[in-house]
Amino acid sequence: MIKKILGILKDDGECVYKELPNGMKMRIEDFDLWYGKTQALKSVNMNIKKNKVTAIIGPSGCGKSTLIRSLNRMNDTIPSVRTEGQIWLDGYDIYDDTADCVDIRRKIGMVFQKPNPFPFSIADNIYYGCQVNGMKVDKDEVVKRCLKQAAILDEISDRLGDNALSLSGGQQQRLCIARALAIEPDVLLMDEPCSALDPIATAKIEDLIHELKKDYTVVIVTHNMQQAARVSDYTAYMYLGELIEFGKTKQIFENPKEESTEKYITGRFG
Amino acid sequence: MGPEARKAYHEDLKDLKNMVEEMGDLASQAISLAIDSLVNLDEELISQVEDIDSKMYAYDLAIEKKSLDLIALQAPVARDLRMIGTCLKIITDLDRIGRYSGDIAKVARRMLGKQHLKKLVSIPHMAKMTIEMVDLAVDSFVEEDRNAIDEIYEKEDMVDALYDEIFREILTYMMEDSKAITLGTQYILVIRYLERIADHACNIAERVVYMTTGERIEHEV
Repeated sequence: MIKKILGILKDDGECVYKELPNGMKMRIEDFDLWYGKTQALKSVNMNIKKNKVTAIIGPSGCGKSTLIRSLNRMNDTIPSVRTEGQIWLDGYDIYDDTADCVDIRRKIGMVFQKPNPFPFSIADNIYYGCQVNGMKVDKDEVVKRCLKQAAILDEISDRLGDNALSLSGGQQQRLCIARALAIEPDVLLMDEPCSALDPIATAKIEDLIHELKKDYTVVIVTHNMQQAARVSDYTAYMYLGELIEFGKTKQIFENPKEESTEKYITGRFG
Repeated sequence: MGPEARKAYHEDLKDLKNMVEEMGDLASQAISLAIDSLVNLDEELISQVEDIDSKMYAYDLAIEKKSLDLIALQAPVARDLRMIGTCLKIITDLDRIGRYSGDIAKVARRMLGKQHLKKLVSIPHMAKMTIEMVDLAVDSFVEEDRNAIDEIYEKEDMVDALYDEIFREILTYMMEDSKAITLGTQYILVIRYLERIADHACNIAERVVYMTTGERIEHEV
């Protein structure tokens, strides 16, 4: 039996392996989610391609944040949540009984709406994840690598010992991205990463997303449709817990197939 | 679904569409007046065509400006974006139709004080068909009707056939009488302009198909 192949299984775990088509990093399959009696996701099926940016858009309450949080089992912390269906990562179901949440979140990092650095030094923020995961890495090396990848090293290279809370909002968000990269994830989830930032900081994050997809698979939830159009390769449109349309971003914004998508993106309902 | 959002934006889109419709009506009037001015060799009608041509130029500028403003300020997508892109393309076609009408009026001006070789019948008939094509194309834009294109293509084939027929007829006149060559070449110019106008009507209809369906079609010539 397959054990710990991806590091997402417990030591004694056994699980089903399902080969995903070439180029696919994750697959969401017949996925339902309930908060108590309220169904928030309804039979969602979607593929997430490797080294591509996938954006999830839709009006408030459509389930887009719930869906992205399902991708690394962040909803597990909510007691009333119940799920059905599978989410495959490299052929392994992250909702399998044998899967370990901590390992999953190491493989699938997350950045939130508001920058949330720890009240430590900049360097310690980056190194913290490596420490708690018991990774044997060179601190200086990992701090510099991650800050460089997050396109912030040049701005703060002489302040690595300063408290992270002294950074601007945009810098804090890029620090959080750098922190997520420190534990070497495969997938990076971003839930409204720019909604608390000004346009210049937003542009820097968007440039960064373009760079990041060379090494990572990125999934982003955004309220800002133009941002989805600018940064993503694929776009998913959700409404009332259902995935209404999924396709290449260019097709969704130039010629959507579903009337509901058309109405939402052209502002005919909102 | 929730209430409509971005009302001012959608009003602006309607205004843009109305402006293109008005420019389309002017294009149709311009051809009609130009042919009348040619048939009757009437200086007053020639001036009217020139007036319409300059009005159309003003529409061209205003529509372009409004389209670019909408793109810059409202970030249109999907059908709205295709509509604005279509407006930007078809105003060039309409502007060209206006210019060709002006060119026909110029032919009429050159003929002032002369006599036609014979009563003009085929050229007004060809013009009538071209005007129908332009009207159909502009209506298809207004009504967002992708099906009009088939009828427009049929009429284009007829216009092309008329062009060949009239061309041969004029050649015959010129071969029979060398004094007819001066006027004959002017008539040939006129039918060439009409044939080009018909092509522009096809372009507009093809753009409407893209606007309504997102599919680009290429007419085989």
